[in-house]
Amino acid sequence: MINLLLFPVLIPFLFAAVLLLFPKKVKAQRIVTMIGLLFALASSFVLLYKVKVDGVQTLTLGSWAPPFGITMVSDMLSALLVTSSLLIVFFVVWYSFTSIGEEREKAFYYPAILFMLTGVNGAFTTGDIFNMFVFFEVLLMSSYVLIVLGGEKIQLKESIKYIIVNVVSSSLFVITVGYLYSVVGTLNMADISVKLAEIGPSGIVTVIAVLFLIVFGIKGGIFPLFFWLPGSYAAPPIPVLALFGALLTKVGVYAIMRTYTLFFTSDVGYTHNLLMILSILTIVVGCIGALAYFDVKQIIIYNIVIAVGVILFGASVMNESGMMGSVFYLIHDILIKGALFLFIGIIIKITGTSDLRKMGGLIKRYPMLGWSYLIVAFGLAGIPPLSGFIGKLLIVQGGFEAELLWQSIFILASSLLVLLSAIRIFIYAFWGEEKGEHLISPKKYRHLLAPAITLAGITVLYGVGAEYLVPFMADAANVLLDPSIYVDAVFEGVK
Amino acid sequence: MEILMSILIGFLFMAAVYLILSRSLLRIIIGTGLLSHGTHLLLLTMGGLGGESAPVLADGITDYADPLPQALILTAIVISFGVTAFSLVLAYRAYKVVDTDNMDLMKGNEDND
Repeated sequence: MINLLLFPVLIPFLFAAVLLLFPKKVKAQRIVTMIGLLFALASSFVLLYKVKVDGVQTLTLGSWAPPFGITMVSDMLSALLVTSSLLIVFFVVWYSFTSIGEEREKAFYYPAILFMLTGVNGAFTTGDIFNMFVFFEVLLMSSYVLIVLGGEKIQLKESIKYIIVNVVSSSLFVITVGYLYSVVGTLNMADISVKLAEIGPSGIVTVIAVLFLIVFGIKGGIFPLFFWLPGSYAAPPIPVLALFGALLTKVGVYAIMRTYTLFFTSDVGYTHNLLMILSILTIVVGCIGALAYFDVKQIIIYNIVIAVGVILFGASVMNESGMMGSVFYLIHDILIKGALFLFIGIIIKITGTSDLRKMGGLIKRYPMLGWSYLIVAFGLAGIPPLSGFIGKLLIVQGGFEAELLWQSIFILASSLLVLLSAIRIFIYAFWGEEKGEHLISPKKYRHLLAPAITLAGITVLYGVGAEYLVPFMADAANVLLDPSIYVDAVFEGVK
Repeated sequence: MEILMSILIGFLFMAAVYLILSRSLLRIIIGTGLLSHGTHLLLLTMGGLGGESAPVLADGITDYADPLPQALILTAIVISFGVTAFSLVLAYRAYKVVDTDNMDLMKGNEDND
């Protein structure tokens, strides 16, 4: 089963291709999508187990020995991310059945999601820098379709900006890969790592490192490159927003983590300091945004920006606790942002508005919704024993170990602001007088609540069962901190 | 030759940035097209402009051109072709619905125009 690591990439792709054949049969579309996702999910769990037992899995396409062929590499970080992205897509698709509307379902909604999943999983799995660009394009192309699907005025306006920003950043990606190629003469990530270590610190390598930070920073939404994110993400309907918020920025974050641990370790004093400063600024801006708006969508969208900052801070300190915390927090954030958006979606569906000032008193009629939202909000802020706690604890511990006292305290303080921003939604939407009429039928409400609560349950398990996840996270952090494990796995067959 | 190519690439980037910063949507899309042309030429130049030798590696051949940049450019061209086509269609739809191709008028949403 050496092809195992390709299954989470290929299964969605094949099912998406099949779905293209009968776009109008909504029932069949739903069933086939679910079957495909279940298969992919099963394969990703097998992969996770395999990586845990046997170490890093690699596959060279067409049996061209590395560094010449395109290598796919699945280490613990990739396997974890692939599994959690499949999980989140599963719940979002389930939620979409009642939420997205038949109009969109008939217009290639499910194939677009599966194609996007192919791109996301491919970008997590690939071990070739140019191949990563190609997978980025696959996921971006599908995200263009998803963001504009439905053709509302606001969607058209915002998707144009989204596309232009991404086209420019993709060009920059190719340019940067070109520079890198001219320096090292290879595209295989393991080989690049070896060659760059031979070259040692030099000006051009630092320039390439910063260019990569800009490219992935635009995708991931770090300060000051997140400017496009709040506007564009608010345009599409909630399930699409949940997918984008949970997955797309995380691909950028993953790419930064990968390149900054595998490639650019020779001039840590400059590149990683820059990354650290930017991640702190990202948190500041995110907090300001999260508190400034009365629009529930915007509040959670700015929380995405905050989380990106926290994860990258953990990655920038480059020690074991920090890196482990980053991985913990990365997976946590994928799950919790998905859950939050699903809950927000229900609130918006009930009240018919996303403006906090026009809502109120929902707790009387919808107690389940209220209390489970509260649990997820606590998880977001990192209240023990919920899922955000352990990640943040490790990140802050890593910060203290690296003697970044003020920055670590700042991360802790930002948790309070995150809590405030999430609780503000709870107070405005659930407390107080009942306002307006409720636009949702009880049956529809139950159908929307089921996936959201199940996902919330998974985030709680993720927090409570952190003990059992530690070995996985430790493996992921080990590979990140010691590139030789990654390199050896890729070149194993050659030597 | 590399110097000449660098100047050409720089010129393409300059024109692309100028066009992308303009208000008209169509000009912006043409700008992104020029940007990707510049990028592709840059890739070609980065691999080294090898002269006249063929990109073939066989026994006894020591002088060969690097085939990889060309493969990369081919991929990048196809992708940018697809994206440009999509954005042209989108621009047309947006023009029909929003009734303008001026980016200044595409700000904001219905609530706070």
